[in-house]
Amino acid sequence: MRITVKLFATFRDGLFKEAQRDVPEGGTLGQVIAELGIAEKDVGMVLVNGRHAPMGLVLSDGLVLDIFPLLAGG
Amino acid sequence: MGRKIVNKILRVDMTNLSTKIESVPKEWSGLGGRALTSTFVAAEVVPTCHPLGEGNKLIFAPGLLSGTAAANTGRFSAGAKSPLTGGIKESNAGGTAAQQFARLGIKALIIEGLPKGDTWYSLHVNKDGVSIAEETELIGKGNYAVVETLEQRLGKKVGILSIGPAGEMRMLAANISVKDKDSRLRSHGRGGLGAVMGSKKIKYISIDDSDAPGVSLADPERFKTAARALAKAIINHPATGEGIPTFGTSVMVNIINAAGSMPTRNFTHGQFEGHNDIAGETMREVILARGGSPKHGCQAGCIMQCSQVYNDKDGNYVTAGFEYETIELLGANACIGNLDDIAVADYIMDDIGVDSIETAVTFGVAMEAGVLPFGDGKEVLRMLKEEIGMGTPLGRILGSGAGNCGKTYGVTRVPVVKNQAIPAYDPRAIKGIGITYVTSPMGADHTAGYAISHNLMGSGGRIIDPLKKDEQVELSRHLQIGTVIVDSAGLCLFVGSPMADDPTFVPSLMELINARFGLALTPDWIGELGMNVLKTERAFNIAAGLSSKDDRLPEFFKEPLLPHNAVWDFTGEEIDEFWDF
Repeated sequence: MRITVKLFATFRDGLFKEAQRDVPEGGTLGQVIAELGIAEKDVGMVLVNGRHAPMGLVLSDGLVLDIFPLLAGG
Repeated sequence: MGRKIVNKILRVDMTNLSTKIESVPKEWSGLGGRALTSTFVAAEVVPTCHPLGEGNKLIFAPGLLSGTAAANTGRFSAGAKSPLTGGIKESNAGGTAAQQFARLGIKALIIEGLPKGDTWYSLHVNKDGVSIAEETELIGKGNYAVVETLEQRLGKKVGILSIGPAGEMRMLAANISVKDKDSRLRSHGRGGLGAVMGSKKIKYISIDDSDAPGVSLADPERFKTAARALAKAIINHPATGEGIPTFGTSVMVNIINAAGSMPTRNFTHGQFEGHNDIAGETMREVILARGGSPKHGCQAGCIMQCSQVYNDKDGNYVTAGFEYETIELLGANACIGNLDDIAVADYIMDDIGVDSIETAVTFGVAMEAGVLPFGDGKEVLRMLKEEIGMGTPLGRILGSGAGNCGKTYGVTRVPVVKNQAIPAYDPRAIKGIGITYVTSPMGADHTAGYAISHNLMGSGGRIIDPLKKDEQVELSRHLQIGTVIVDSAGLCLFVGSPMADDPTFVPSLMELINARFGLALTPDWIGELGMNVLKTERAFNIAAGLSSKDDRLPEFFKEPLLPHNAVWDFTGEEIDEFWDF
């Protein structure tokens, strides 16, 4: 199955802004993040189709992931 | 113990054009910044007075730690009864004034009374106190011209607080500008305090800190150690050590858009199609390509550098202090979607002296009313200069804020609380900030209890689901109580992230205050101060005629907001529980 991954802020360095990724059946959110080389502790917010989701979430085809480091401002 | 602590209060009476120097009342000795300005306003301003009349008083106070070597402690508080909300106001700004006041040993500057006649004045603050002079040359001029002229008259190092034409015309969105370390502007933006200064016929306050006695520390060694620990906590946190210096506060654009809380088209949508064009990541690329600077501090000792120098295509300076709120509210909420137009708007708003949050939201309302089309950036620039800046009838409507503009044009979708415009987070999809908007005695103000980090990023240990009502009242209460010490110590609000996440932060802050003043306060004192100040502010508002009915969001927030179909569904009783402490 394929998912869309969007990265933001410093997570784009050396990676990408947006990419399609193939994920095996049963693959989890945490596995996708680990494969990107992003440490779980550095993740500030991860949204799956716009909603917060746990690292153990089993992904399904067509989902969109937004992954941000810990940030603040405003 | 160290040297004698020098401290004084400067009081200016504009009715008889007199000044005096007072000693600090004992009960004010442990207060600074917001704690001092709000205590003062509650004690000396009759709550029912007309905010632009003789009874209102304007006070400026540096934070408790301002003027010391501790990082990011140079914030300045301005307080008065707000002509915009009709309640108490503390508006907090960066720039150099707080550090200069503190080094001069000035605990507060109080301005009261109203002069008779049409003469304009300036105040000059130095080691000998404060003096009043007539001013003619700079009347009608923008804030940048004030800075340029005063630097010619008084030297490059002069500190400046000033109002633009909007303040002179007593517009309710008028702000008070503070010169930063590079002669650019920061603002006491919210609540129309520029109109209060204008009502007192004071165009500017110049500050000369030559031969200032400096800040004395009760225990310099302890202070130094604690200052080092505090700086380490700020630098070590990814939000303040990396995110803000790299991308500025507009790094929030993509976050808030992804979360579906991005005010768009006058608060009718929660996401903006053109978000990438106005995001912090894009802004950084644009700034670097044009020879600007993605990092800039508004004062000496800033280690976060949230500001930036934004240049145009030809590499000429356009604006600094170009913030998420302004960018989002003009970019997405007014659909301008173009950083260059927004940057020019930011410069003009600083120059004519209007709050960039209030004014940007007002344009969204005016667009809904059909005064100008959504997305017409060029017309926004024209209206800022030629209508608001010139004080035409339309300009005065726009310059009086979103609430008044909405009433004038019969618009029902008017995003305000206590008549103050709602900042750049839709409260339906981030409910914690919504509780802050409705309950803060300041009116809609994201900085009063910044729940965004807790609702989205899990700041403080875990995420409190932004779309659910659970725990939001408790969260906002906790944050609003904690924010009082930030606003009173002179700390920059962005320390909120390390304060929530790094267990060394609060003990270091406590240690700094104790070492500065020779006290032995415990962290419990922070909570007590926060609760006392909030209750003092609330009591002023009640006495001024505000009530629980003003602690509500406008009706239209019951309409579902895409993409989550989020609605504002707190009952009045649920909101009022905020005050159960």
